[in-house]
Amino acid sequence: MNSQAGKFKPGDRVTVKLEDRPGHIRTPWYIRGKTGWIERVYGDFLNPESLAYGRDGLPKRTLYLVAFNQADVWGRTAGPTDKVLVDIYEHWLDRTQ
Amino acid sequence: MSDTPADAHGHEHPKHELSHYAKRIYAIRDLLVEKGVLTEKDIQCQVEYQEARAPANGSKLVAHAWVDSAFKARLIADPKAACAEMGIDAAAVNEFMVLENTEKVRHMVVCTLCSCYPRPILGRPPDWYKSFNYRQRAVVDPRGVMREFGLDLPDDVEVRVHDSTADIRYLVLPLRPKGTESHSEADLAKLVTRDSMIGVTDALPAIPE
Repeated sequence: MNSQAGKFKPGDRVTVKLEDRPGHIRTPWYIRGKTGWIERVYGDFLNPESLAYGRDGLPKRTLYLVAFNQADVWGRTAGPTDKVLVDIYEHWLDRTQ
Repeated sequence: MSDTPADAHGHEHPKHELSHYAKRIYAIRDLLVEKGVLTEKDIQCQVEYQEARAPANGSKLVAHAWVDSAFKARLIADPKAACAEMGIDAAAVNEFMVLENTEKVRHMVVCTLCSCYPRPILGRPPDWYKSFNYRQRAVVDPRGVMREFGLDLPDDVEVRVHDSTADIRYLVLPLRPKGTESHSEADLAKLVTRDSMIGVTDALPAIPE
């Protein structure tokens, strides 16, 4: 894994694109449009949205571990500090102030 | 497949009525063999390889991490290398990450999109892991799921649910149960259940003296 990759760094606030696209999408619906922060940079991986259709997966996409407060995702939470963490490719993320 | 009759083309199919998808799988298998892409032996070897991978691999890793803090640090820093040290073949698979539970943090793993699972370490996922019920509720109500597996956490423990949606697989390193100081590594491994490595509950309690 190449940890130099990507335009985001740990701690950056990001919002998941609220988009509907056909195909082998690895971004779950429940997290689209939600805001969290980069927890970890995993490096560059072949793009599964292309690989799934027998293509080459290039260009590679940077994959991040993105953390969200449960309360920000569902509007409620059982534990005040509970989190949901999702692996998301860079082209699904926008920087948020 | 000893309870199934052999048919004309050399291997056995189940007697009962097959579902559409099962029929399709058998048809594809037969075609791959007929066209020489795979042999029956290749398929059998792969079935045996899949079946040989079991939660025992993960239990061995966790128990060793409990008794050897230097190994634990290596397991967290480079899980694949730590697996190789223990004779577990994880080289060919996805990247994976070890999530260490503490008194104040519990991790739980789900794949809401399908059934991504650290198969080299834990074998095949249990059916409930692939169910819509678990996949929905794990992210919405992880504490409720944990309660059903026998773990009722106080509010000041942070629950971190990992949705394993992409190229990374996750293994939870459960807390070492209290009162296990005199347990052998082999006995400790018996406490490390599959479910505790998915993170829906803790490891089993100490074996009474």
